[in-house]
Amino acid sequence: MFQILHAELLAPGIKRFLIQAPRIARRHKPGQFVIVRIYEEGERIPLTIESSDAQRGTISIVVQSAGKTTHLLNSLKAGDHILDVVGPLGKPSEIRNFGTLVVMSGGVGTAMAYPTAAALKQAGNRVISIVGARSKELVILEQEMRAVSDVLFITTDDGSYADRGFVTDKLRQLIQNGVPIDLLLAVGPIPMMKAVADMTRGEHIRTIVSLNPIMIDGTGMCGGCRVLVGGKSAFACVDGPEFDAHLVNFEVLMQRNATYRHQELESMDEFRRAMETQPETTKKDASAVEGTPV
Amino acid sequence: MTAPAKPSLNPLPLRERMKVPRQIMPEQSPELRCVNFTEVNLGYNPELARQEALRCLECARPACTKDCPVGVKVHEFVQLIVAGDFLAAAAKIREDNVLPAITGRVCPQEDHCEGGCVMGKKVKPLGIGYLERFVADYEQRSGFRGLPKVPPTGKKVAIVGSGPSGLTVAGDLVQRGHKVRVFEALHELGGVLVYGIPEFRLPKQIIREQLDCMREMGVEFETDVVVGRTVTIDELMEEEGYDAVFVGTGAGLPVFMNIPGEHWNGVYSANEFLTRINLMKAYKFPTYDEPMLDLHGKDVAVIGGGNTALDAIRSARRLGARKASVLYRRSEAEMPARAEEAKHAREEGIEFRMLTSPVEFLSDGKGWLSRVACVSMELGEPDASGRRRPVAIAGSEFEIPLSVAVIAIGTSANPIVQSTTPGLGTDKRGYIQADPESQRTSRRGVFAGGDIVTGSATVILAMGAGRRAAKGIHQYLTTGVW
Repeated sequence: MFQILHAELLAPGIKRFLIQAPRIARRHKPGQFVIVRIYEEGERIPLTIESSDAQRGTISIVVQSAGKTTHLLNSLKAGDHILDVVGPLGKPSEIRNFGTLVVMSGGVGTAMAYPTAAALKQAGNRVISIVGARSKELVILEQEMRAVSDVLFITTDDGSYADRGFVTDKLRQLIQNGVPIDLLLAVGPIPMMKAVADMTRGEHIRTIVSLNPIMIDGTGMCGGCRVLVGGKSAFACVDGPEFDAHLVNFEVLMQRNATYRHQELESMDEFRRAMETQPETTKKDASAVEGTPV
Repeated sequence: MTAPAKPSLNPLPLRERMKVPRQIMPEQSPELRCVNFTEVNLGYNPELARQEALRCLECARPACTKDCPVGVKVHEFVQLIVAGDFLAAAAKIREDNVLPAITGRVCPQEDHCEGGCVMGKKVKPLGIGYLERFVADYEQRSGFRGLPKVPPTGKKVAIVGSGPSGLTVAGDLVQRGHKVRVFEALHELGGVLVYGIPEFRLPKQIIREQLDCMREMGVEFETDVVVGRTVTIDELMEEEGYDAVFVGTGAGLPVFMNIPGEHWNGVYSANEFLTRINLMKAYKFPTYDEPMLDLHGKDVAVIGGGNTALDAIRSARRLGARKASVLYRRSEAEMPARAEEAKHAREEGIEFRMLTSPVEFLSDGKGWLSRVACVSMELGEPDASGRRRPVAIAGSEFEIPLSVAVIAIGTSANPIVQSTTPGLGTDKRGYIQADPESQRTSRRGVFAGGDIVTGSATVILAMGAGRRAAKGIHQYLTTGVW
C-alpha cells in the first residue's frame, strides 16, 4: 500500500498527489509512468509521473477525472492509501543537448511533458514551450513550465487566457517565422498529437509523441497496449511510451482506445447512480485501503 | 516389473490389481460447467483414492518417479494412501514438490509420471495426478502444517517472479534455513498460475492456500516490484544485501502472427484475454472494474493448440460465446494441450478446426473484427520439433465469421531483467542462459530457471528447474564456490 502525503487540486477535475513510493522515486527518469490500482475490485490504469524526489522517497502523479477509476482516485486525500503503485515503467525520454527544443502539451499532457522538458533544459537545450488547454482554469503547471522554459507560450481554445487558439496555431507561427527546431516533443490528446505530426512531417522536424493506449500489466506481458508504428506492432509499455510521431498510426490508436467505450460508460453511469443513492458507502469504497495481505 | 522388496501394504495380489478399473474423476456436467467458472474436476473422496491407490504395481524401478521433473516418490506416497495415512502421503510428496495441490491439477501427467506407468501398457495408467491432488487437498482441509523449522544460515536470497519456478526455489531454500524474499511485478502472487490458468482448472483459493503455507514456512513476498525497473539485480545484491538471486520471470511477450488486421478491436493475445479474465476478474464486470468485450452470442476463435489456447476458448464459452472454435494449423495428434483439457473442451462443445491457419483478420469497416480469412493445411515432412510440418494447400482460402479472435501461438523472452543486468548472458532469442544442472547464469550469484530460460513450457518443468536451482543456490551459499 502506498500512502498519499499530499493532494492538491490543480484545476477543476485535475489533482496532483504526492505519494510515498521510495523504490519508484529512486529509479524514476523523465518520460516514465506508473500503473495504479486503488482497491481490490479496481482496474489497473497507467498514470504519468510528474516528478520524483529520491531523497524523500516520493513521487507526484497528476490525475484528470475521466472514468470511474480516475473519479475515485481524485476523491482521495492526504493520509489515504493507494493499494498498488508499480513502476517506473516504460523507456525514459532521451536526454541530451539537441539544440532548440519545442515542447507542446495539451491538457493533462503537460504533467508528462514537464519532467522531460526540465531534464532537457538541464542538458543545455533552448526550450520553447507551448502549453494548451480548453480554457484558463484548465491550464496546469504554468509556473513549473515557466521555470524550465526559455520561452513559454500558452494557448486556450476559448481565448480566456493568453493566446486564443490551439497549440498547433502557435507552432505554425514559429515555423513560419523560421525558428529552427531541432526536436519537438508533443504530449496531449490524440487529435492534438496527430495534428502536430502532420504539421512537422513536411518540415522534417524530428517529432516525439508520448502515447497512452489501454494497458494492463505494463511489463510487456499482455500486448494490449500495442500500437502500429511504421506499420509494425510495438508495445507502448516496454518499447515506448515515446515514439517517432511521423511513424505512429494515430487512427488505429484512437480506434483501439475506444474498444471499451461502452463498458466505460456503463461503469461510470453505475458509479454516478451509486454516488447519488448511497454517497457515504461509495465514498468509503473510494478510500478503501484493505488490500491483499502480502 | 519385479516383486517389491519390502512387504507391501497392499492386500491385493498383483494380478488382482490389474482388474481394478482406473477410478473416474467426478466432474461437473458439461451443461452446468459451460455457464460457470467453478472447477471442472471435483476430486476423489477417500474411498475413490484408496481404490485407485490399490492399483499401483509397486515396480522396483518405477518410471513414474524417474519421469517426474521434481522426482516425486510416487510409489511411497501411494502406499501411504493404501495404508490410509493421507497426511503422511502429503508429507512424502512435499519432500520433492512444494505445490502438490497445483501440480495435481495442471501437470500433463501423460507426459511424465503416468506416461511411463506399466499399467498404461495393458490397461490405464495409475491416476497419479488425481491421487496427488487428493492428498494435497486433504492436507489443506485438515489444517496440517507439518514442516520442521530449521536453524537460519544468515544468507539472503531474492527471487524474481512468484510463478511455479520461483515458488519452488523459495520453498526449497527456506527449508534449508535461508532467508527468502520473492518479488512479484503484478499486484497478486502466483505468476502464470493466477494470470494465465483459469479458475475452472485451478481455483485461486488453492494458490492462496499454497502461498499461506509458504508464508508460514517463513517466505517473504513483495508485490508491485518489476525487477529491472523498480529495482535492479545489482541493487538487490550490492545495496540490499542479497547473497544470491534467482530469476524466474516466466514466459514474456506474447507472439503475434504478423498477418494483416491484428490491430482490429476484438483481436487479443491469449495473455491479455486470460489476464483480463483471471487476474482482473473482468468476467465479473461491472462488480470488478476491468472491462471485457461482451461475448454473449458472439463467434469466438482461438488460434493455437496448447493449454493456453484451450484455457482461452473454454473461458470464452463460459462467457456466453455462441460458437467457440479452436483453429490449429496441424492435426489433433500434434496438439500440445493436456489430453484431459482437450477432452473437457470437446464435452463443452468447443469446435476443433484442425489444419486451419489464419492469413488475415478482416474488419467491419469500423475497426472491429468481423471475419478471419484462413487457408487449409496439410502435413508434410517432420520439422525441427519432430512433428510433421503443416503446409498451406494452394487455392484453399476460405473465410469464417468472427467477432473475437485470441492468438495463443506462444511467447518470446521479456527483455526487462536481461537488459538491465550487465553481463547476464542470453541466447540469440533473448532467453537467459543457465547451466542445465545448477541453473547458474553467467553472473556470479545469479541463477535462472523456468520459461525465461527454456521458452514457454509447463508448470512442472519450471518447478523442476526451480528444484535444481535451489540445490545450486544452496551449494553456492554453503561453499562459496561459483
